[in-house]
Amino acid sequence: MQDKDELAQFRADIRAWLDQNCPQEMRDGAVGEDSICWGGKNWNFTSEAQKTWLDRCAAAGYTVPTWPQEYGGAGLNRDQEKIFHEEMGRINARRPLQSFGIWMLGPALLHFGTHEQKLHYLPPIARGEIRWCQGYSEPGAGSDLASLQTKCEDRGDHWLVNGQKIWTSYADKADWIFALVRTDREAPKHRGISFVLIDMEAEGVSTRPIRLISGASPFCETFFDDVKVPKSYGAGIPAQVGEVNRGWDVAKYLLTHEREMISGSAMLAGGARSLGAILAEGGNLDDPILRADAMRAEVDDLAFGLTLERYKDQSEAGQGTGDASAMLKYMGTELNKTRQELIMAGAGSDALDWADGRAPQWLRSKANSIEGGTSEVMLSILSRRVLGLPG
Amino acid sequence: MLADAARGFLDEAAPVGKLRAMRDAGQTHDPDLWQQMARMGWAGVLVPEEAGGADMGHAAANVLAGEMGRSLSVSPFLSTAVIAATALRQVADERAKTALASIAGGTRTYALAVDEGAKHDPEASQLRAERVGNGFRLTGGKRFVIDGGFADRLLVLARTDAGLTLFDIPADRAGIARSAQRMIDGRDAAQIAFHGVEATGDDVLGQVDGAMSVLVPALRAGQAALAAEMAGLAAGAFGITVEYLKERKQFGAPIGSFQALQHRAAHLWCECEVTASAILHAGRVLDESPGDAGLAVSLAKARATQTAQLAVQEGVQMHGGNGMTDAFDMGFYMKRARVGAEWLGDYGYHAGVVARLRGF
Ligand SMILES: Cc1cc2nc3c(=O)[nH]c(=O)nc-3n(C[C@H](O)[C@H](O)[C@H](O)COP(=O)(O)OP(=O)(O)OC[C@H]3O[C@@H](n4cnc5c(N)ncnc54)[C@H](O)[C@@H]3O)c2cc1C
Repeated sequence: MQDKDELAQFRADIRAWLDQNCPQEMRDGAVGEDSICWGGKNWNFTSEAQKTWLDRCAAAGYTVPTWPQEYGGAGLNRDQEKIFHEEMGRINARRPLQSFGIWMLGPALLHFGTHEQKLHYLPPIARGEIRWCQGYSEPGAGSDLASLQTKCEDRGDHWLVNGQKIWTSYADKADWIFALVRTDREAPKHRGISFVLIDMEAEGVSTRPIRLISGASPFCETFFDDVKVPKSYGAGIPAQVGEVNRGWDVAKYLLTHEREMISGSAMLAGGARSLGAILAEGGNLDDPILRADAMRAEVDDLAFGLTLERYKDQSEAGQGTGDASAMLKYMGTELNKTRQELIMAGAGSDALDWADGRAPQWLRSKANSIEGGTSEVMLSILSRRVLGLPG
Repeated sequence: MLADAARGFLDEAAPVGKLRAMRDAGQTHDPDLWQQMARMGWAGVLVPEEAGGADMGHAAANVLAGEMGRSLSVSPFLSTAVIAATALRQVADERAKTALASIAGGTRTYALAVDEGAKHDPEASQLRAERVGNGFRLTGGKRFVIDGGFADRLLVLARTDAGLTLFDIPADRAGIARSAQRMIDGRDAAQIAFHGVEATGDDVLGQVDGAMSVLVPALRAGQAALAAEMAGLAAGAFGITVEYLKERKQFGAPIGSFQALQHRAAHLWCECEVTASAILHAGRVLDESPGDAGLAVSLAKARATQTAQLAVQEGVQMHGGNGMTDAFDMGFYMKRARVGAEWLGDYGYHAGVVARLRGF
């Protein structure tokens, strides 16, 4: 905890820095898919400003403000992080970079990686140079993730990987994949899984896009056919994170971060904007039933936003919210789905043309309560781990 | 820490069993219990130190109210220590200071007499305070006056020539007729008739025709504490229910192993957590910038009303036949939740405030 004066000074510094460094075009508050900078080797910047903004933030550690400075972050504590985001919000700044590396792999490496792994992988994530995707789900292993079968055999100096992943978001655009593989077929299902890092350019890795109901094709089937993965990428940089056959612990920890991220971004997609104001724009707030439903949703959304803040305040910056992430994900995604339903109802036939743009958001929101673990799975986790109910 | 200490005391001195015993004895107020609470500084939780109070702030008052909700404790805490104390704090005169000191000392209890219809609506008050010479004469009626059956004094909202005025008068003044209501939750409430009750300018709290500058802060403080009480009530009902899910066996297994119940219980826990955030936020805003607390307080009351109602309904259902018996405590939670839902504004009232402040 810092005193008030120090935090006030910090706020002034951030404000001045943003004022100098955030390009005008990046101050439009855009959060839609088209406005996101995902980074990676093949990234095409949508504008010069997008690149400038990323480079300046990366140089200052602001793409990953809570990560330690030696790994590309700015080392901010929770109070500072909050101020940073408030000041970003004040000028409607876009996020300079978003990625699975930032949300998922980074926190897992910070927790389980060797020092060498952190030095090797984290700075390129922070600079937006390497884009990662997540190879967890398989055709036969969704909610029952631990039953995954992708084979990873020990071949002396390398691993040999064979199998298939599915629903791999952005696999066709990513440079590397963090994948769950089975390294011991005899052990109980949770005890034979490893968390390995694989170059998507390695021979035998291929992807096939799958189209979503919202029209986009952001996710893929990913195939591994006799893919050779070196046991080590350098001194202190084994192919796996954590120990071999102990990948489940890493996988679960990563999921708590993923869930927290989804809960937050679900609310962000709706925006901090009042649902009433959104519906009033369409002029349809006179319908008493729509109005009543929107009022309820507004109450719940506001209270949920406070909950997200409260849980983040309770956890150390960057450490995640643990089991409670299941609550945040469940509530955040279900509320966002309600919100999107109301926006569609309020817009009436205006929103039914693809060109309008609201329908894709509404359809995409349906995935929020599936990806990263379904709502039903979240409730099961909570009933076992938080409430201590049997079975 | 405050919560732990409060829980320790309430589990001993004012658990649900105590409410049951009081109900069975037809008793709605326990002066000894209130004295003990006063000695612990609870009666003076919002009274300034110079008037002998503990001056702990609204966040702390909400913590206490939450624990009282959890154990369904019966006391004049909300009416007296929260609502009346907050009203009196808005007025900077000697008389108010004396009143605050007697609140903190536990020697004076208050009830808020505002509503006249079936729903909370202070602005609609019709009780008339007619000018007579230098004073006033009050005529009309109030209902759903919580703690009005035993309170020493009444805060009465009355219509004057150009607005509403708040009076602070002794409950036994000539012309006041109180009739106790038999409330479903076993707590005290009264209907009060005012037959030409005489009042002087000294009895006016704040300005004539300017009740709202005193009443609004008092109502907000009360609504927040009531929300905290209801959130505590929900947590209490939920805790009992989860224990039962672990104990009760059917089909050869604890009923808590059935996923249909697990998911409903987990959902209820999530609702309780989200509501808890709204309560904490309301306490913080009331302490830091009370002038802007309208949104935070109404958010808290709306959420708490909804969560408490869900918690008691699930509580009864998941207890099966047991849940319906008077011998079992869940019914007490259900009845308190219903009364709390109506007091100081129901769900629709507060959701309406939220909507208005959010630009609907
Ligand atoms: C847009 C999107 C992006 C995704 N991105 C990725 C990614 O990048 N990487 C990745 O690895 N995966 C990704 N996923 C996959 C996602 O994690 C899985 O879809 C999810 O875990 C559910 O698995 P499933 O689809 O096999 O459904 P199933 O597990 O077959 O579930 C079907 C239904 O049954 C219910 N159900 C299952 N088991 C139980 C139970 N025990 N009790 C009660 N109900 C149950 C579920 O809740 C669901 O309603 C993505 C999914 C989507 C929709």
